[in-house]
Amino acid sequence: MIEAGAQAPDFKLPDQDGNEVSLADLAGQHTVLVFYPADFSPVCTDQLNVYQEVLGELEERGVKMLGVSVDSAWAHKAFQDHLGVSIPLLADFHPKGEVAKAYGVWVEDYGVSARSLVMIGPDGTVEWSYQSPSPLEIPGANLIFDALDERQAA
Amino acid sequence: MPTSSSTPWTSAKPPEPGPDDHLRGEGPLVVEYADFECHHCALAHLRLRELRVTRLFRHFPVNSKHPRARALAHAAEAAALQSRFWEMHDLLFEDQAHLDDPHLWQRAERLGLDLGRFEADRRSEAVAARVERDFRSGIRAGVTSTPALFSAGRLHSGAANEVLLNALRQGPNR
Repeated sequence: MIEAGAQAPDFKLPDQDGNEVSLADLAGQHTVLVFYPADFSPVCTDQLNVYQEVLGELEERGVKMLGVSVDSAWAHKAFQDHLGVSIPLLADFHPKGEVAKAYGVWVEDYGVSARSLVMIGPDGTVEWSYQSPSPLEIPGANLIFDALDERQAA
Repeated sequence: MPTSSSTPWTSAKPPEPGPDDHLRGEGPLVVEYADFECHHCALAHLRLRELRVTRLFRHFPVNSKHPRARALAHAAEAAALQSRFWEMHDLLFEDQAHLDDPHLWQRAERLGLDLGRFEADRRSEAVAARVERDFRSGIRAGVTSTPALFSAGRLHSGAANEVLLNALRQGPNR
């Protein structure tokens, strides 16, 4: 997958409301892209629910979080409502998985992205990335805070 | 389906027991991060109750999943201020079908709490801060779902965790 120091690949994807979000829109802040396999799957559900609970703390530290999966914007809308989360969800739907491929997190055998996190800095450089060793394993939000602590101590 | 797993710690350990932590029982320490609206947490409670362990309870309310989670955590902390934390803990887990405010008042009355004080305390900033402190320590320790049970250097997720239960049944092994 893409690693720290690389230029984050550009993208333009619709969110759950059909609004297009591009890398350029995210300039000037830290962004965490949360790649996950699929809307409504049990593990992804727990992952987004627990991340929702730390959105306030992330915001305090100047971090915006965005979910990305190959589901459509319509499915994202229903998933967001179902979970009660406000994390924007981007549809890497057409061409399917193009952004996941650009970030090196595509799993060809299953046609989904691997469960992974990519932190992008204000200048569009990848600051940190992490891929779960197993799709069943949720990366704890502690990993994001650890990465932020390291960046801010450096 | 809830997943059940046992993994070594990969980040900060949960904080050591402190003076205002909720502890009960004797035996090997199990640090629980749990949510009163979570069914798997109630099941874990029933299973741990049968074992000789020291239980340390910390709040991990996932409000987007369980809309009453924070309110219930606050109610338990308000009971704690009248020295009835574990009694309220047990009453909440015993009947997760009745978790609205009037049901909380019934429990408070049953425990002989000063209801006016209970009401004020459960809406206080101090109680909210106490719950948030637990939640943040859980996040830092890598908790991603409830219940999360820390014991003997490992994080166990899921109520039906045979790895943990077997280890505890066999007694301390250190």
